[in-house]
Amino acid sequence: MNDLTSDIIIIGAGITGCAVARELSRYDASVTVLEAGSDVAEGATKANSGIIHAGFDALPGSRKAYHNVRGAALYPKLCEDLGVGYRRCGALVIALSEDERRTIEELYERGIANGVEGMRIIERDEILKLEPGINPEVVCALHATTSAIVSPYEVAFALADDAAYNGVQFLTDQRVVSVKRDTDHYTVTTTDSEYTCKILINCAGSFGADIHNQISDNKLSMVHRRGQYYLLDRAEKLQFGRTIFQCPSKMGKGVLISPTLHGNLIIGPTAEDIDDPEDTATTADGLADIIAKARRTWPQLSVRTNITNFSGIRAHLTTGDFVIGRLDDVREASDAPKAYEAIGIESPGLSAAPSIAKEICQLVLKDAALTEKKDIKKYTRQGKSFHDMSAEERAEAVKRDPRYGNIICRCETVTEAEIRDAIRRPVGARSIDAVKRRTRAGMGRCQGGFCSPRVAAIISEETGIPLTEVTKNGGRSYLLTGTVEEYLKGGESDDRS
Amino acid sequence: MEKLITCINCPVGCRMTVTLTEDGEFISVTGNTCKRGADYAKQECTLPLRMITAVIPVDGSDMPLSVKTASPVPKRLIKEIMKELSEVKVSAPISLGQVIIPDILNTGVDIIATRSVEK
Amino acid sequence: MIDLNVDILIIGAGPAGLAAAIAAKEQGIDSILILEREDMPGGILRQCIHNGFGLHRFNEELTGPEYAQRDIDRVNELGIKIRCGTTVLSVSEDKLVTCVSSEEGFRTIKAKAIILAMGCRERPRGALCTPGTRCAGIYSAGTAQRFVNLEGYMPGRRVVILGSGDIGLIMARRMTLQGAKVLACVEIMPYSSGLNRNIVQCLEDYDIPLYLSHTVTDIKGRERVEGVTVARVDENRKPIPGTEIDFRCDTLLLSCGLIPENELSLGAGVELSPVTSGAVVDEDLETSITGIYACGNVLHVHDLVDHVSSESFRAGKAAAEYVKGIKREGRIIHVKDGFGVRGVVPQRIHGGCREDVTFMFRPASVYRNSTAVVTCGNNVIKRKKAMIFTPGEMATLTLKASELEAVQEVDGDITVSIEQEGM
Repeated sequence: MNDLTSDIIIIGAGITGCAVARELSRYDASVTVLEAGSDVAEGATKANSGIIHAGFDALPGSRKAYHNVRGAALYPKLCEDLGVGYRRCGALVIALSEDERRTIEELYERGIANGVEGMRIIERDEILKLEPGINPEVVCALHATTSAIVSPYEVAFALADDAAYNGVQFLTDQRVVSVKRDTDHYTVTTTDSEYTCKILINCAGSFGADIHNQISDNKLSMVHRRGQYYLLDRAEKLQFGRTIFQCPSKMGKGVLISPTLHGNLIIGPTAEDIDDPEDTATTADGLADIIAKARRTWPQLSVRTNITNFSGIRAHLTTGDFVIGRLDDVREASDAPKAYEAIGIESPGLSAAPSIAKEICQLVLKDAALTEKKDIKKYTRQGKSFHDMSAEERAEAVKRDPRYGNIICRCETVTEAEIRDAIRRPVGARSIDAVKRRTRAGMGRCQGGFCSPRVAAIISEETGIPLTEVTKNGGRSYLLTGTVEEYLKGGESDDRS
Repeated sequence: MEKLITCINCPVGCRMTVTLTEDGEFISVTGNTCKRGADYAKQECTLPLRMITAVIPVDGSDMPLSVKTASPVPKRLIKEIMKELSEVKVSAPISLGQVIIPDILNTGVDIIATRSVEK
Repeated sequence: MIDLNVDILIIGAGPAGLAAAIAAKEQGIDSILILEREDMPGGILRQCIHNGFGLHRFNEELTGPEYAQRDIDRVNELGIKIRCGTTVLSVSEDKLVTCVSSEEGFRTIKAKAIILAMGCRERPRGALCTPGTRCAGIYSAGTAQRFVNLEGYMPGRRVVILGSGDIGLIMARRMTLQGAKVLACVEIMPYSSGLNRNIVQCLEDYDIPLYLSHTVTDIKGRERVEGVTVARVDENRKPIPGTEIDFRCDTLLLSCGLIPENELSLGAGVELSPVTSGAVVDEDLETSITGIYACGNVLHVHDLVDHVSSESFRAGKAAAEYVKGIKREGRIIHVKDGFGVRGVVPQRIHGGCREDVTFMFRPASVYRNSTAVVTCGNNVIKRKKAMIFTPGEMATLTLKASELEAVQEVDGDITVSIEQEGM
């Protein structure tokens, strides 16, 4: 049964909510994370560029600048602790005209002001030596060596697992309907239940302003900015080893081309303001726009090797900066309920998340007397994926657990053992997409054509739900509509839609 | 009475015109380029035949059984044959070629298993 | 460390791998091992429960499982070993193969010859760049076929099919017969790449409309598909605004082409053809690496399993001869695609070839009353007239050993092309 009463409720299990949950899991308090989606990392966290930015982009003095630079510095150790990948591949911002050179110089100055290390302006020959695929018309570039890549949802899953292992309750499919402040507690009503807490933390991403406005008189408004992407197939030899940005210009911010942690190339995003914070459809115009823009960086770009398109929604506050801090300035008796927020966490939100989490945690500690736990447990996953193991490690793994010998996903070489583990993790997978994001099964070039029936069967077996109830991504995203037997009998027993 | 049909014997796909009596009896065919085409046209306009294949559930097994009509049956019976198939109960073991429903709908054609299912 | 030595290792126990094994064994090679990743041999035929297989080879119309069973029975009779549930992880140029299974763990096998018979996979939505949401209910036709025919589950109730290749047509009929409603079959080209027989018996029999020169331009639905938008396309295959038709459906099946599955071949360093996406081979189906052969859909996508079997018999026989130390002689003659021809296989032959060689290729477009012509240098070696060449049907043309002698006397490469009437 779900615990309806907690000391702390965090709304939102994106990268920010998960990072905050992990920070707070170190203290003696009961923590519940309420997530509207069917899984952790369902919003912007699962659909962004996956870049840990060096920090030259944000305006000096902004919260974005501060948390970006501080967060980026925390990442290497954090990823090591969590056992997730992190690669400092570096980034280039390229200028394609002398006009753009001025922008490059500005970015460099900004970076210096923000405290970014390892930056250099390099010229054409050096650029083409580093990245031969770049448009030969390139003039100069800002080379930021500290720019890195991660898999954003893998970081969020690992944060959530670690937090859950240390007692945090993660509840999914909990869309918040209302938040009410009472004299000594908050009541959070979701589509499922009613929860109460002393301390409320708003990390609700696209819904951050909605939650904020229910509590605060200082109303905020949010723009939902969609970003569409291409993801190209892993190639024998990766075309680009670094993240390549275009110069922000009158024409807009441009699109980036970047390697991903798993050896694909990601290209995007678009920036379209839309009404519906959950409309993650891709559009013909958006996809065409990406290619047109990306060819400025990479004239030879071909989408022949595209394996999927997707889009994510950035939560952009009209004020432009992150809003991080106490939500209500009520300073009454120490037992009065308190609320905090981290909203408007658009780019560089992924980079900033560890730093934001520390700040929120400090604010909470200032107001509430929480004692540090003595027995922090480290959740250790199985470690290296079968795909990344050496021959010896693979032999060893199968000897230890024969289910490593059963390859379920051919394209990404994911084994039955890993899929079962993904379901059994502290915040375990319950859908095809949840397994996919945790194991990469179905992420490859066939996009789950071969493995999804088998993954579905394993989910059904592990969780005890019938195959017809297994979903692609929670809710009513059922994979199957019935059995052959039911359909033959003509009785369409499935009335779910 | 004339009927237009496309030949299915090869990729040429000849468009054929079949002339029939008022009672639907075959008189002649034009537009074909081979004898197989003419035969098909005649058959298709008088008594079109189809092989039917299907899967049916097997008691106590997730994997369904694939079956077929042992030879082509009148096309107009497809629906009724599927209905018969929805009512048949089978359980393992079943061997390839085993008769599942003999003489379906008095056509003289058996429904047979096209794979084996072990117990 | 080598766990096992074999003469011939075959990757894949579908129709190609089975036929290759039978041929190799019949040539007197005893040490043969077939590795198969599924739990049972038979490959994709297991789920192709419709009939129409084997007309050329057995002179009768079998269903997929029946066709496969004949080869499986023969393989068992001959005592050829198949290891199922075994996935090959890598193949190297010196013919070391690593594989893994739950039962036997991780193993390294050294083979004298390897036959690649991994088959092909379907082009997924990503490759089509179809816009819209990424909800449940979008399947490749083959995945849907597996759900229905092997797992006993229905993937949808109201279905639109994109692509009119044979698998899409076959699934239109299957879904209808098994109790679903198929609303439309949509084809971007002005013609279907499927057989006439399937258009008549899978669509027309069930009053399913075929929309030629149309494509899916949008997919709607947040959780499960709720509908798709279909629009007419112009001659450049770009959707024409204002021609949209909305279908309310819960399922979209994609039947938009097959791609040979050559990741292992690439890993070994086998040269691939950009046209077929399969290996570049000679008349023995030997790839660019000596002793590694390729056959079936991993070499080039076939439409008839009968052709897969005959091609694979050749690969099996050639691999056996290689193991026995028989070598090919003569200069290498390259075989090139001429006008109207795409992806001739084999792409090269030996000048010393003393056997008939069958060239297979896809016509680039529809040509009526035309002639396939084989030239070498300035000499015409062979002409074959046909009432129709169409991209939907693999064309074949056999050069007799005697005709090959003419090739040996001239210098230059072979070109296969199509001559249209009046040209």
